[in-house]
Amino acid sequence: MGSLTASAQAAEVSVAVASNFTAPMQKIAAAFEQDTGYKAVLAFGSTGKFYAQIRNGAPFQIMLSADDETPARLEREGFGVSGTRFTYAIGRLVLWSRQPGAVDDKGEVLSRGRFERIALADPKLSPYGAAAVEVLKGLDLMSALAPRIVQGENIAQTYQFVATGNAELGFVALSQVFADGKLTQGSAWTVPASLHTPIRQDAVVLGAGKANAAALALMAYLRNDKARTIIRSFGYNH
Amino acid sequence: MLPGNEAIEAIILTVKLATLTTLVLLLIATPIAWWLSVTASRWRAPISALVTLPLVLPPSVLGFYLLVAMGPDGPLGRLTLALGWGTLSFTFIGLLIGSIIFSLPFAVQPIQHAFEAIGPRPMEVAATLRAQPLDAFFNVALPLARPGLVTAAILSFAHTVGEFGVVLMIGGNIPGKTRVVSTQIYGHVEAMEYAQAHWLAGGMVLLSFAVLLALSLMKRRLGRVLP
Repeated sequence: MGSLTASAQAAEVSVAVASNFTAPMQKIAAAFEQDTGYKAVLAFGSTGKFYAQIRNGAPFQIMLSADDETPARLEREGFGVSGTRFTYAIGRLVLWSRQPGAVDDKGEVLSRGRFERIALADPKLSPYGAAAVEVLKGLDLMSALAPRIVQGENIAQTYQFVATGNAELGFVALSQVFADGKLTQGSAWTVPASLHTPIRQDAVVLGAGKANAAALALMAYLRNDKARTIIRSFGYNH
Repeated sequence: MLPGNEAIEAIILTVKLATLTTLVLLLIATPIAWWLSVTASRWRAPISALVTLPLVLPPSVLGFYLLVAMGPDGPLGRLTLALGWGTLSFTFIGLLIGSIIFSLPFAVQPIQHAFEAIGPRPMEVAATLRAQPLDAFFNVALPLARPGLVTAAILSFAHTVGEFGVVLMIGGNIPGKTRVVSTQIYGHVEAMEYAQAHWLAGGMVLLSFAVLLALSLMKRRLGRVLP
């Protein structure tokens, strides 16, 4: 009985997933289970919240962060297993509106468009928010647009503000509005990667996953061609 | 690290929001509570359930529906756009409306219980003394229901200070307009700024305790006034 429970546990890996990676990770987890027989149990949320939970004993075995800083910090503080960190995806930022034709493919709507509100993720909390601020500053539009900015606490909420039309446009993750190689709805400007620091999203094995075969298998799986194809199909670079 | 300007701005905004919410709620909740306490209408049960709904709904549900309702496709959004006011999400007024709905049961229930505790007798006596109904309401029922009104005011205020999910959903985190203490604390925790989070969070615990302590002391004192 005891060994049964132990093997059932070993066949599972519990993963903390940054909310921008929700859609691709669901697909990858399904493929992972089919190909390896291991099951990935996913929890979605903001990187900052996961960090606090992991430091306070949350039983996650892998963290797929929205940035590269948090996994490095976890490793420094002894919560992450050293030598396991790698960049699983590079996020792309997109200026998006649910209205077709509202956003042109050069982003000129930012300087010329008539809109009441523009949403972005809190730059203190989200690398996508920080990248959005970097873009606006680089285009010298930050002070002009500041009164119209509303902030979501994470990229999922930022998407929600734009998707419900409460903000006419907003900076979200390309993965949220992109599937199977095309835009799912509305209009968008994919921000050139040269306009902001790359959004490196790193994965790390946590202390609880150190000796877990399923955790190590998932880390390897994330690097294989099948997973990479899925990741790219949602608009991430890899 | 000591709390800075951002924290003070959030505290002022929170107090402003809670005060206005409480004032508006006392005005709205008193007639609702009176009606619920005296009516025999078949609408009593459904209205009572509706008023209590914010008590059991998760704030995320309430916040999400408010966001949708205030958006350009929502009923409230269409109305405010037609009136030329723009949409209410991400504004202080939007937050105020959300807070009023969120705390409605906390205002209605104590007042309603106070009216019910008085019973019909004092109003009947007032009527036999030829007091007009409105006159009797203001000079007999309302003073007798004072403990209920005080409880309602304190609970509405405290509940608004403690409001989080609704603000998060419809606020947009704008300093001085929609960034209140609870969302500020959340931001600090998420940004791993635990020292600042502790200052505000500790203050919140003390304030909440003080409010509840004051409430229970006041209730005992006012309780003796009642027949």
